[in-house]
Amino acid sequence: MARASKRSKSATTSRALLQLKKAPTGIVGFDEISGGGVPAGRPTIVCGGPGCGKTIFAMEFLVRGATEFGEPGVLMTFEETGTEISRNVESLGFNLQSLVDQKKLFLDYVRIEPSEIQETGEYDLEGLFIRLQHAVESVGAKRVVLDTVEAIFSGFANEGMLRAEMRRLFRWLKDRGLTTVITAERGSEGTLTRYGLEEYVSDCVVSLDHRVNDQISTRRMRIVKYRGSSHGTDEYPFLIDQKGFSVLPLSSIRLDHKVSKDRISSGIKDLDVMLEGRGYFKGSSILVSGTSGSGKSTVAAHFADETCRSGKRVLFIAFEEASAQVTRNMRSVGINLGRYIRKGLLEFHAWRPTQHGLEMHLLRIHQLVDEFDPHVVIVDPITNLISTNLNEVHAMLMRLLDFLKDRQITAMFTTLTANRGAEEQTEVGVSSLTDTWILLRDVELNGERNRCLYVLKSRGMAHSNQIREFVLSRTGVRLLPAHVGAGTVYTGSARLAQEARERTDALREQQQLEEKRKEFSVRRSALESQIAALRSELSSGEAEFARLALQRNERQQRVAHDEEMGKIRGVTPANRVVNS
Amino acid sequence: MSAKVKAKPPKPQAAGNPAAVTLELRLYVAGQTPKSLIALKNLTKICEQHLQGRYRLHVIDLVKTPQLAQDDQILAIPTLVRNLPQPIRKIIGDLSDTQRVLVGLDVRSHPK
Repeated sequence: MARASKRSKSATTSRALLQLKKAPTGIVGFDEISGGGVPAGRPTIVCGGPGCGKTIFAMEFLVRGATEFGEPGVLMTFEETGTEISRNVESLGFNLQSLVDQKKLFLDYVRIEPSEIQETGEYDLEGLFIRLQHAVESVGAKRVVLDTVEAIFSGFANEGMLRAEMRRLFRWLKDRGLTTVITAERGSEGTLTRYGLEEYVSDCVVSLDHRVNDQISTRRMRIVKYRGSSHGTDEYPFLIDQKGFSVLPLSSIRLDHKVSKDRISSGIKDLDVMLEGRGYFKGSSILVSGTSGSGKSTVAAHFADETCRSGKRVLFIAFEEASAQVTRNMRSVGINLGRYIRKGLLEFHAWRPTQHGLEMHLLRIHQLVDEFDPHVVIVDPITNLISTNLNEVHAMLMRLLDFLKDRQITAMFTTLTANRGAEEQTEVGVSSLTDTWILLRDVELNGERNRCLYVLKSRGMAHSNQIREFVLSRTGVRLLPAHVGAGTVYTGSARLAQEARERTDALREQQQLEEKRKEFSVRRSALESQIAALRSELSSGEAEFARLALQRNERQQRVAHDEEMGKIRGVTPANRVVNS
Repeated sequence: MSAKVKAKPPKPQAAGNPAAVTLELRLYVAGQTPKSLIALKNLTKICEQHLQGRYRLHVIDLVKTPQLAQDDQILAIPTLVRNLPQPIRKIIGDLSDTQRVLVGLDVRSHPK
């Protein structure tokens, strides 16, 4: 057993040694899906349509290399001038000029102007090599970016020569052990690159894509090929924002997160009572579902309030209301969230669900979680995200939940159920993923709507199975014990009526009992007098009997005496006169 | 500037006449490669035949001064650049086609 595990360990180390050496790009998520970055000392093609983020990918690879991994780089651009590029990436927080000044970066803009050039006879691109060599030497570069090297093809007529030179260029880069990223435009006929560069670069090809679905754009990345290395083959959504490029490493998360036994209060005392008196599990996920206006946001706000009160951080993501609106509304039920926002314990992010595709939302949540490091994340509501393919949503939310669980962050999602009666079906996509599911429902009865709450499931605890009435008051939420009688649950005024009815019932019973008691006491006294009469009758009977017995005794004694006298006088018993 | 300098000191002729303007030519090569040598030979011939006394030629070896490749936007080797008169013109290749070189240098319009 021990030996077997040792063997498997040594096998993994040797496999690791055999693995290709990789150069980390520093791009969030990419290094994870590629198993460490792009192949070190080899060229990588990053291809995609216009505006898909090729240049930004390349720039981030270069800048992070120079700043974080101590690998100076060369940027050779064929389309944009050095100043243009510097300005473009400034918005991502990269200061190229200062890197150039520190000799960590070398910029060379290769201008190609076909109209200026006359071709007469044989030539080659030795000038490009000289420039590259010069650039690499002047900063001691380890990384090179050729931004749309294909532009060369438009500048020169001799394609045969260009192809030979391309081949030579990639060979040259490889021989010098330069980790290179080459960007290339996607070809019009579905080919990866317009000029078939992937023919020369066979080590690693990354394809970027920018597509629009239902008017919402999504960027995706896929590693098409990675020679000598395993890699994630899925399409991964990515985002370009103020912090640069980030890829959401979705399926790399395994199902082995830590599990906590700690509990965290829901902020509603009565709800805690329903959950074994201690609230939710820390790091679990809670789904609060209900029809509109059933108090989902209030349950969420209570949770936020309670968590902040104990000095923990909460990230509240609202898709329906702006932060100010939520705080105002919650004040009406006695929850003051504003003070926690000011203290920095509560961070509100409100944005429109239509602002991005689903992946982007989740990616943004990832980023916010990374920045803010909250204890609790609340998303109110996730329903708005569920507009597209349910399977997709399911997968995405699973990834988000896994991500949050992995960090021991308690997550609360609210979700709107569309129709009455179908509460337990609509969120099937999500509900199986969550640990605790609280259902809020409206009960319509006697011309009023009342809110009810129950815990549909809560993994790992003996939760209450009761349906409790849920009352919003100026001091927050209260859960009343629901009135159960005659197979029905009474809520609201029906509950009050039922309670009154039961009170009168009880009173009536009391009165009836009292009457019975009186009645009985009368009967009792009657019986008792009867018993007394009988008893006196009995005793008089006894006295009569005693008297008779005495008389009989006396007579017998007299008969005995007469016989004695007869014997003495010689009278036989036969002629004895019996005078009785 | 650097490397070999082959200058024919010319005297400017009538101003306004394009033929009278002195051409400033630079030939960029990378070491003594056959292509570079052919280009230089061809160029010298063209200059002597067609530009007698009306040009200045610098031959620049980028192996020795690589920085100039970036500064002057040179990619192909060999490249002949006409810096003056404006605008800049570039002719790449070994300059074996004399007619195209002359068109490229914009000196063809003048009679022999």
